[in-house]
Amino acid sequence: MTAREEIMRRLRAVRPIPPVTVPRGYDRGPIAAGPAPTGPAADGNAPATTTSGGTDASGTDASAPELIELLVDRLVDYRATVTHCDPAGLARALAGLLDDVPAVAVPPGLPGGWLSAYPGTVRRDGAPRPLTVTDLDEPGLAVVTGCAVAVAETGTLILDTGTDQGRRLLTLVPDHHICVVRTDQVVDRVPEALRRLADPTRPVTLVSGPSATSDIELNRVEGVHGPRRLDVLIVAG
Amino acid sequence: MTGTGNIVARQPFPQAAKVRLADPQLRSNLRRATHTIRDKRLRVVGELPDWEALRVSGAAIKDDVLARLPDLLDQFEAAATAAGATVHWARDAEEACAVVTRLVRQTGTDEVVKIKSMATQEIGLNEALEAAGIAAVETDLAELIVQLADDQPSHILVPAIHYNRRQIRDIFAERMPGVDVSALTDEPAALAEAARRHLRAKFLSARVAISGANFAIAETGTLVVVESEGNGRMCLTLPETLISVVGIEKLLPTFGDLEVFLQLLPRSSTGERMNPYTSMWTGVSDGDGPQQMHIVLVDNGRTETRADPVGRQALRCIRCSACLNVCPVYERVGGHAYGSVYPGPIGAILSPQMTGPDAGANRTLPYASTLCGACFEACPVRIDIPEVLVHLRQRGVDAHRGRPSAERTAMGAMSWVMRDRRRYAAALRAARRGAAPLRLGGRRDHVRHLPWPLSGWTGTRDAPLPAAQTFREWWAGRGRG
Amino acid sequence: MRIALFVTCVNDLVFPGTGRAVVEILERLGHTVEFPAEQSCCGQMHANSGYRAEAMPLVRRFVDTFAEYEAVVAPSGSCVAMVRESYPRLAADDPGLAERVAELAPRTYELSELLVDVLGVTDLGASFPHRVTYHPTCHGLRMLRLGDRPLRLLRAVRDLELVELPGAEECCGFGGTFAVKNAGVSGAMLADKCDSVCSTGARFVAAADNSCLAHIGGGLSRRSDRPGTGGDQPGVRAVHYAEILAGTVRTPASTVGGTK
Repeated sequence: MTAREEIMRRLRAVRPIPPVTVPRGYDRGPIAAGPAPTGPAADGNAPATTTSGGTDASGTDASAPELIELLVDRLVDYRATVTHCDPAGLARALAGLLDDVPAVAVPPGLPGGWLSAYPGTVRRDGAPRPLTVTDLDEPGLAVVTGCAVAVAETGTLILDTGTDQGRRLLTLVPDHHICVVRTDQVVDRVPEALRRLADPTRPVTLVSGPSATSDIELNRVEGVHGPRRLDVLIVAG
Repeated sequence: MTGTGNIVARQPFPQAAKVRLADPQLRSNLRRATHTIRDKRLRVVGELPDWEALRVSGAAIKDDVLARLPDLLDQFEAAATAAGATVHWARDAEEACAVVTRLVRQTGTDEVVKIKSMATQEIGLNEALEAAGIAAVETDLAELIVQLADDQPSHILVPAIHYNRRQIRDIFAERMPGVDVSALTDEPAALAEAARRHLRAKFLSARVAISGANFAIAETGTLVVVESEGNGRMCLTLPETLISVVGIEKLLPTFGDLEVFLQLLPRSSTGERMNPYTSMWTGVSDGDGPQQMHIVLVDNGRTETRADPVGRQALRCIRCSACLNVCPVYERVGGHAYGSVYPGPIGAILSPQMTGPDAGANRTLPYASTLCGACFEACPVRIDIPEVLVHLRQRGVDAHRGRPSAERTAMGAMSWVMRDRRRYAAALRAARRGAAPLRLGGRRDHVRHLPWPLSGWTGTRDAPLPAAQTFREWWAGRGRG
Repeated sequence: MRIALFVTCVNDLVFPGTGRAVVEILERLGHTVEFPAEQSCCGQMHANSGYRAEAMPLVRRFVDTFAEYEAVVAPSGSCVAMVRESYPRLAADDPGLAERVAELAPRTYELSELLVDVLGVTDLGASFPHRVTYHPTCHGLRMLRLGDRPLRLLRAVRDLELVELPGAEECCGFGGTFAVKNAGVSGAMLADKCDSVCSTGARFVAAADNSCLAHIGGGLSRRSDRPGTGGDQPGVRAVHYAEILAGTVRTPASTVGGTK
């Protein structure tokens, strides 16, 4: 008997376990029937906004300033830096963030205009050849990407290898990651964020601040193996 | 098919605890660390108004998984295979190690990088690989510390919780190849930097990585790893081959179920709203990450555990370690006293169930608790650990009904006395009279030394003496007042 | 109201003063207290040690003894937790017994629940001119969710100075047979609890369970004659809060858990 057969046989030999109904009483966000009220956070932060219930799959009202404020609060709490701009000022804001960066790596589908004000070297993945680990390990190199969705409540950026994000190693090997987030990509909490992913079977990476460890006396230290610096650029509208 | 590997206590818990209790440095390290993380957890859990609802859902989702486990395993295997992964099965630790060793050998490499994984600790994979001439490099900072110190992890989340910064600095200075000793301080940031430099070359050159998984999604065949440092992402992204060792209880039915667990786990484990990095991958992705993907599904005593209607709730565990951090017993003795990679309250109910009670000294683990209930309160999937502890004690008592023991005799006698009014009143009177001479010579109605078996009490504390008049004697006398 | 007192086995033999205090309090409030003499032990030690078969006759006995009363009170958080939390589980495979447990359990109260929730009183007119700290015992805290009920009762006592116990919610290390089976860990937990108690400068540590108090009091008593261990002040005494509320703690009394 193979291991698989034996394990299955033993599992099925157990007296049938009655079916379980899963209650879903937690806040599932806009498409759930009526989100739970959100009280003020324990640390005195402004309460998270919850949008009214219904079936509005487009999610949160993009202009909800409380939501953006919450995202910023969380990101700063993780020691990420946050900058704001409007679409017209995006290139200038990025150039500002890349002020002393000699070269940036970018995914294949990063909009060309984003780096139009940046004077340094741009290395586009796959143009002409895929960037190697060695390319990305170059000292001083930064990487600029977009993201799929951002979660305000947890300060999380979700990457799903979309064309403006690229392969996973792009955002992993360089020491400095700059992530551009549009305000319409910001959602309140985790459930809504996961529902927004186009295809959950693509590689998905959740990023909440720079890399960190709490392994020494449970004190958090930022900057271990992943990027030590995370800059988030929030683009209005 | 009981579980084997690093889940068998060699020494009875009370003896193992004694050794640890004698180490004041360990006590203070543990106290500081557990209190730090306790406070953090309470803060971030308090932020979510629907925390209790999330716990209830989390528990039910895992119960549903256990109820439908064979079907969900079928579904997971089919989905993962369709996505380009190869799924292997292992009955116990030995078989799991053999499968992984064979897979590594096939790649022709003699060094692998590892993501911190409880499952590989459980099966003793590093030792097995070493025996086969394959070096396994732990890349998580704490696992690295423990590996360099030639020690065993003592905590599920923070394996080096028993060391303070100074001790860690000394371990690095003494044992980390190529470390700049003169520049190495005991600042956590400096220590993390030293680990980064030490491991960077390994990441960039590794051809094979080994991981566990926090969650495995039946619907899609997706695996999920939750981490902080980025060493996980390195291992999951850069090598050509990835081997993931996954306990069969790690399943979730659907991808959407992650919406519950990605809230429960980080807040419960590190006390963060979200851990820095979570990776999800489904089989092989063209041009991105490992192109050879193996998944080893491990039983190792989980089917045995699932067969017990009361005890099976232990398999809901998502290895967050919140129960360790609030446990007053764990706080005093640390993880090593439990003799298993699963220490603390969850270990006390998981290890003996996985191995069966007769393995090593595992039968002593269910007694390593005052039943104070702090663990149940902290558990994100509502495992009623005190209930299972009592249940396992009962199973132990029932299994040895035929064997005489002083304790059983005493319990039986007390029960016999207490179920009859006359016998009980007489026993109370006898106890009161027996204590009278002690009271004469005693100070403040406390007695310092009592004969065996009561010496178990007076070894540590003074004992109160029966009163001069029992309550029922006083009550009976009232009517005639 | 006609209230049945379940005094508990430990109190009957070792701490009868606590039972007397409960009688005193309830009669002072004008209620009728009954003491069904058929009672003995709730079976907690048996059940929690894994001796279910030995516990079951005691479960049945408790139900038989108290079934007819509209309210049952016990000065013990852990015994009441046993009845309310564990009895339903123990009786699960006996439908008849389970039904009787389901009827009785909600009418079984720890003293502070009865006083605050059922009788609606917090001020019992007691006075106690001492500094007191309160240790919330685990089963009262986490199983019964007594919350601040005992504290509200103590705060209403005249001249009583209530001081907060650092790390109050940490287990004292008693744990029934744990105290003997794992005496080392139990002793370490006890030492920390005694340190906390002594750090408050209180003369008395109060709680809702005499078994935990016997453990804490035993620890305090042992350190009281060791100079420099924090107890070389006149010994801190462990006392059930019922005895403070009843005003029956004689000072300077010479006992743990009250007058005898």
